[in-house]
Parts: sequence; C-alpha cells; structure tokens
Amino acid sequence: MGETRLMKGNEAIAEAAIRAGCDAYFGYPITPQSEIIEYLASQEPHKRTGMVLLQAESELGAINMVYGAAGTGKKAMTSSSSPGISLMQEGLSYMAGSELPCLVVNIVRGGPGLGTIQPSQADYFQATKGGGHGDYKLIVLAPASVQEMSDFVPLAFDLAFKYRNPVMILSDGVIGQMMEKVELFDQMPRATEFDQTWVTTGKTADRERNIHSSLDLDPARFEKHNHHLQEKYKKIIENEVRFEKIQCDDADYVLVAYGSSSRICQKTQKLAREKGIKAGLLRPITLFPFPYEEIEKLANHVKGFLAVELSAGQMVEDVELAVGKKTRIEFYGRIGGMIPTPTEILTVLEEKYLGG
Amino acid sequence: MEVKDIIKEENLVFKKTGLLTDKILSYCPGCGHGVAHRIVMEVIEEMGIAEDTIGIAPVGCSVLAYEFMNIDMQQVPHGRAPATATGIKRCWPDKFVFTYQGDGDLAAIGTSETIHACNRGENITIIFINNGIYGMTGGQMAPTTLPGMKSSTTPYGRDVELMGNPIKMTELVAHLPGTYYISRQAVHTPLSVRRAKKAIQKAFETQKQNKGLSFVEIVSNCNSGWKMTPIQANKWMEENMFPFYPLGDIKVDGKIIDK
Repeated sequence: MGETRLMKGNEAIAEAAIRAGCDAYFGYPITPQSEIIEYLASQEPHKRTGMVLLQAESELGAINMVYGAAGTGKKAMTSSSSPGISLMQEGLSYMAGSELPCLVVNIVRGGPGLGTIQPSQADYFQATKGGGHGDYKLIVLAPASVQEMSDFVPLAFDLAFKYRNPVMILSDGVIGQMMEKVELFDQMPRATEFDQTWVTTGKTADRERNIHSSLDLDPARFEKHNHHLQEKYKKIIENEVRFEKIQCDDADYVLVAYGSSSRICQKTQKLAREKGIKAGLLRPITLFPFPYEEIEKLANHVKGFLAVELSAGQMVEDVELAVGKKTRIEFYGRIGGMIPTPTEILTVLEEKYLGG
Repeated sequence: MEVKDIIKEENLVFKKTGLLTDKILSYCPGCGHGVAHRIVMEVIEEMGIAEDTIGIAPVGCSVLAYEFMNIDMQQVPHGRAPATATGIKRCWPDKFVFTYQGDGDLAAIGTSETIHACNRGENITIIFINNGIYGMTGGQMAPTTLPGMKSSTTPYGRDVELMGNPIKMTELVAHLPGTYYISRQAVHTPLSVRRAKKAIQKAFETQKQNKGLSFVEIVSNCNSGWKMTPIQANKWMEENMFPFYPLGDIKVDGKIIDK
C-alpha cells in the first residue's frame, strides 16, 4: 500500500510528477490549474529529486522549454488550461513532427476565447484531432478521478517514451479542483541513461550526431516521414485503447462519457438501474486512440446510446463513427462552464428513449 | 606547377574545421552566414567543447544551420530558440547551449523569449545575425530595417511614422541584469572576422564560467534582399548599417561600457 492522502486533482498530478521521476516542469499559471505549479514550487522538487521547475514567460516559452528538454531525452512536462493550450499548439506540432516525448496536462475550461474559468470538455477536438498544423496525433488520456490524475502521470510518460510522441492528460476544472482520497505510488528514480540514438546531449566520438527537426524540403522524403508517423499512430491504435465498462453486457441503453461527465453518468446509470432501466456506462479512458471497436460491438445489441459531454457535441462524433447506422445515438451536453446533474441526464435518457 | 602539386599537407595554411559538414551552403554568394557559421564552429572546436555542445537552429535563412554545423542540433519554431535553449540548459547545466538567430526570429516574433532568457540570466550564448531584412521569405521589412530603407513591404522606404522604428535589441538586452557579455560585430573583412571570432570566444567563455547570458550580434549584409552586388552591399552596410548599429563591445564583465 502506498501513502494515502486527501488531495486536489491538480495537486495529485504535481505530486505524481515528482514521484514518476519527471526531470523538468515548465509552465505558466492559468486558472483552473495553477495549483500544479504552486504545489510543485511548495515541494522544492530540486531538493526532493533534482527535478527542474521553471515558471516560463508564456505558454509559448513553456512548451518550447519542454521541446528543448525533451530533445535531450529528459522526462519533461507542462500544464495549462484551454487558452494556454491553444498557444502551445505550435510547439506540440513541432514535437509530434520531430517525434519527441513529453507530457502536457490540459485542465479544460469553457471557451471559445477567454471563455470562463468553469469546467468544460470543449477541447476534445483540439486534443484528439490534431490541434496544431499538420497530420499528427497526441495520445490522449482522460482521468475521471483524483486517483487517475496521479496514476496517469507515469503511464503518460511510459507511453510518450514508448512511441516518442507527446501525450496529453485531458482533464477539466471539475477533476482538477475537487478533492478525493488518492493512494500515491512510491518514488521512482529519475533516468540516468539516455538513448544515444536520438538525444541531443552533445555528439560524442562513439556516435553519429543527432538532430531534431520537423523540416524537410524534399517532398518525396517528407511524405515518407509522414507515412512513418501514420504507421506509428496505427500501432498506437492497435495497442493502446483503454476504456471502462459498467454494466454494459445486458444494457438496453449505454451512456458514453469520459472524465468528469463519466463521474456524473456513473450516478445516472445507478439511478436508472434503480428505476428498472437497463442502463450501462462506457467510459473511454484513451480519447486517442478512441474505443471505436468496443462501441461498435455494443451497437449490435443495445437499443441506443446517449453521449454526454460538457461540450456542444464533440466526442459524440466519434461515437457516431463507431456506431454508424446500427442503432440510435442521442447527445446531451451542457456548455459554457455549466455541469448537469445525474437526475438531469436521467430525465434526458427517459425523454429520448422511453417517451418521458 | 599544377594545382595538385600545391595541395599538399606542408603547404596548407588554412583548413576547414571538422565541425562544419561538407554540405554545400544554402546561402547566397556574398552572404555573411557562411563566415559566421565557420567562426562559431571554430571557437567550439578550439575550446574542445563539441562533445558537450547543443546548437539551436531558428526559422529564417539559417533554418538549415543543422545541415552545416556538425554537432547535435535542434531546429525550433520561429522565435522560440532562447526558450528551447533554456529547457536544455536547465536540464544539463554543464553543457554548452547556443542559439543562432536572425533579426526576424530574435527581434520580432521572438522578442519575448529573447528578453526573458536574457533577464533570467540563462547561461546560454545567443548569436544574432542582423541584416535588416527578411532574407528567406524574399526581402520584407525586418524589425531592424533602417529608416528609409527599401524592402518588398516598404517599397518606398521604411516610413517610421507609418511602420515604426527599427529596434536595437542588443543595446536593449544589455540593460538587463542577467546578461554578462554583449558585443556587436561584423564579418565582412578579415579584421572584422577576427574581432567577431574573439567576441564569440568570449561569449562561450562566459558560458563556461556560468556568468550569465552572452550575446553577440553580427551585423551582416543581405545582397539578395538589398538588391545589390556583394561588394555594393558591404559598402552600403558600412555607410548605413554601422552608424545605426555601431560595432564593438557593449557590455563586458556584466558592466555596460561608457562610450
């Protein structure tokens, strides 16, 4: 058993970063995730593990500091919230293009524009469909509890280095701000050896020089590089789909929701069962890769899906891709920082599928 | 006597540093980038620090610097080189990290990264090539374009009332407490090349001693962008650029030099 603490989601991410052997955090404060950098500062991570902590001049500065550190093989991370993540898209595109690993945490708030500081899931498209310019993908993890905010940090670093690709933890103001019991994993050591086939730590006599660049002016060669990236994303799709199913096997109706929405839908699903409605819940844990196959399988026997999001309908498009014309799909979303209650969602389920 | 009889080890008076690749330079004939590349690499070779040096290539004419500089390098988004260098240096404080940036990269889109890296006193070296124009994109106005100077976006000359004033980044960052050695040089004559190389060496020595940020501006020509022959461009640079961007050390040992 690890150490158990009552923590905010944002604090759990920060503590997990130190414990996961993260080498460097570069960030710029923004609500509702400033506790991440504040918690790190309070911990003096340079004393605990030697981890670098630097408050950058902007999100542009932060992501490019991550880009530099990642190029040298270090476990580097940043965190921000929606408007700040928009500013980081350029850097993420460069990192995906030059195949460098990093962790980016997005504690989503309502948009568009400066929006609101209240929770939202309206960054799903930005996170899963590219975000910046070019054909690339981030691996996207969606924690639904403070426990997962902690657990997904080492997982994110493992995936980032396994595929040499940026990984995003896509959470929101609900999970970031709420306090829950969290069982912390034990301190992991920071890496002391670096893969000399790609890191830029200085060219030594025993190896070729290493270059990180996403530029290639030869279109034929650059097409090849793009194919290589696409092959990598295919491998990620084959190997890394993660989801959670609750009472889906005998379900007539399946709620599909991730992150904070899935927590609310968990209660809705229980309330429905209490009323004799055979409801289940499918919670995508990886948003890229998305659990298309699992949803497609469920579509063979359920009467309908209800996708629930804190957005105007983004993830639901992936549910539609998975289901096709096999069965009905309905959508319910609250937007602009508003959050639905479990009974509100139950009412929607009943109205859409059971005629109220 | 034929050429092959002359090319013998005992007759060699100059040898290209091994820290430059054999790749043909992508720069226009007459451009200062080639010489600037060479003297940066010569300094790294002479100091024996190549195995511990990481270079940052910008966006601009020198975007392909990593093709020519035979060391570990990273190509970065437009203007962000000092941030990327910060990320590397903070993780590897014993390594040597330098950026090589043009005026658009450093003094326009990357102003924030430049000023904050300087102000934090990052132990990195910035090599800043200022030719007063955007060369790679075809000769548009740069933040350093002189008043009255023509470019493809100032075809009647830079009107400072309309387009604002040129910025002297080097004097600006000299006033920040994090900078330790600041110099402005040129590479258009043998004497200026020697002086520039000395300045670059001092910049890397500053980094070695962990004294703070070192910054060397090289005022250079852009004969293609300026629509001149290389010789005309060098003459024009002496007559117009140098009075506005005077050469010499600006800050030494953390102190601004009184002139």
